[in-house]
Amino acid sequence: MTAITSRLAGFDRRPWVLLSPALLSVTLLLVIPALFIVVYSFWLRTATGADQVTFSLANWREVLTDPFYRDILIQTLRIAALSTITCALVGYIPAYYIAYAPTRHKTLLLVLLMLPFWVSYIIRTMSWINILGVSGAVNSALLWAGLIDEPIQMLYNEATVILGLVHFLLPFMILNIYVSLDGIDRSLTDAARSLGCTGWQAFKEVTLPLSVPGLAAGSLLCFVLGAGTYITPMVLGGPGDAMFANLVFEAIVTQLNWPLGSALSLLLLALLSALVLVYSRFLGIDQIAKSFR
Amino acid sequence: MDQTKRLERLLERYRNGDIDRRGFLGLLGAAGLGAGLAGGPMALMARHARAADPAQVRFDGWGGVVSEAFREYAFQPYTEKTGIEVVDGTFGGADEYLARVKASQPGEFNIAHLSGVFDYARYHGLDLSTTLNEDNIPNLDLVITTLQEPFRKITGGNLSAVPYDYGTTGIAYNRKHVSDDEAKAQGADLLVNPDFKGKIGGWGEWKTRIWYAALQTGQDPNNIQDMDAVWEKLREHRALLLKYWNSGAELMSLLAEEEIYVTEAWSGRVKALQEQGHDIGYLDPPGGLAWQECLFVIKGSPMEACEELLNFMLEPEVAIAVAEGQNYPPALDPNKVDLPESVTSLPAFDPTGTLESLNFFDPDYWNSNEQEWSKTFGRVQKGY
Repeated sequence: MTAITSRLAGFDRRPWVLLSPALLSVTLLLVIPALFIVVYSFWLRTATGADQVTFSLANWREVLTDPFYRDILIQTLRIAALSTITCALVGYIPAYYIAYAPTRHKTLLLVLLMLPFWVSYIIRTMSWINILGVSGAVNSALLWAGLIDEPIQMLYNEATVILGLVHFLLPFMILNIYVSLDGIDRSLTDAARSLGCTGWQAFKEVTLPLSVPGLAAGSLLCFVLGAGTYITPMVLGGPGDAMFANLVFEAIVTQLNWPLGSALSLLLLALLSALVLVYSRFLGIDQIAKSFR
Repeated sequence: MDQTKRLERLLERYRNGDIDRRGFLGLLGAAGLGAGLAGGPMALMARHARAADPAQVRFDGWGGVVSEAFREYAFQPYTEKTGIEVVDGTFGGADEYLARVKASQPGEFNIAHLSGVFDYARYHGLDLSTTLNEDNIPNLDLVITTLQEPFRKITGGNLSAVPYDYGTTGIAYNRKHVSDDEAKAQGADLLVNPDFKGKIGGWGEWKTRIWYAALQTGQDPNNIQDMDAVWEKLREHRALLLKYWNSGAELMSLLAEEEIYVTEAWSGRVKALQEQGHDIGYLDPPGGLAWQECLFVIKGSPMEACEELLNFMLEPEVAIAVAEGQNYPPALDPNKVDLPESVTSLPAFDPTGTLESLNFFDPDYWNSNEQEWSKTFGRVQKGY
């Protein structure tokens, strides 16, 4: 009893008090709705579209055994992975440039980086129709230059879906890498150079490894956001470019099958959570925080 | 005391020096949190209050020029006469709207501009229908009887909605690439002509797709005998397709930008494109699809207020203005109402008022197959 009392006396309640608004919000706005979705996934849909309150594993059996869902899931993960890799490759250079830019330019560059967030994601996605469409800017320019005789069909395929996703995700990647690069002690690269490294070797041996936390955090964020999108394939994709979130949308909205839609959304959630766990196991989730230190 | 008053009083106390800065910020944060937590339940209570209070009626429609016409010709005079405010909402699609209604509290949504008999039956099946007192809607006498009958059949002779307009889903084609004669000769098969591979569009909606696939396989869409042939035809169509479009705006963009040359399309949308100067032809092929739209009163609504609003919306002046705005003929019987040339020249307009030349979905047949077919189409659409 004395031991418990002394342990309670030593218990610091301040972190919990400070965290309580956030914990309460997460519980009310995330955990409880997620539990509703879990309950829904065991219900069934009647022929009229109404929900039948029961306990059935039919929806789970269907989503876990039907190859249709598996194939779309694999396609989703592939598109998300390709988009993430493209973001990492394309995003590293601007992040590096911003991190090493003079301070007076850095603010402007960061503002420019944030600029796309001021425009709706849907509008940004639809803007590609005016750029890559048959009557779009690229085709018009090529026709005007005499490089082509008739417009090239560039839209509504997997490449344009990935392009749309990269457009959406790139600022997240750049920001994460930038924060990581900005936190690197400049004297480390100077030391490497003074010990005989070339500029490329100093980057490869010092800067790149130290920026991995930012790269990894950006990749995780981009992958999770990319795998959960449905607007981009709907606007820029062709008949074969559906992603998993499109199936959730169809089940919930078109087929009015909320129980099946719940099971599908939970499957995607479980898969992406597993990915975060794997990331945490091999890279350590604290690496994400490190990139912001 | 409302939240604004509470915060004003808090600020006053801070300015008077009754509380320090830290205390003020703490209380402000607590007030914000309280508002956030209480907001949801309070909103629910407000919804209940709205349902019970006929001072307000909510109407949801397709937006754009149609809503503008409703606002100018129906809602404003209705509010002036009755003192009841009309809350004007919009939706992007019937399925999306039904999902919202299903998730709502009774009375939150009142009147909706819904598509077709099919949706009427779905709402009735979900126990969302009402029984209108037709004595309160004298303008219902002006509405084509043929359009009312399918509704009455579903709801045991009563009405939960009034028919409002009708149109067709025919075939639109770019005249630079397809002549009128060619379109007429090919009919529904134009949508699966391999010559236009990569230039064909299609509405990603299972009923319309299956209807046209039935025509392409020589079957009666309201009595399909060989469903395998239909699925195979849909796969054939998908292989030729550039894109399944999902909205009228997207359809118009694809046609206007010449991304696609042929697609099925809504008569009113094609008329709008033609008015904009695009050389787009429109054909209702033999067996082509017609539909009607209605103003549906949802369960839990203040009935008398809704019935009065429906009567306003069926006033010939209002219905004609809406028809001119959306390019679809009104449900008004041309034998009872003198319709202007702007309406009689609309595509799909039936001067006889019998609508015998048009083909509608059989709601019993399509609803009985909805669960299986919509799911299977979702798979065929994705290449399975």
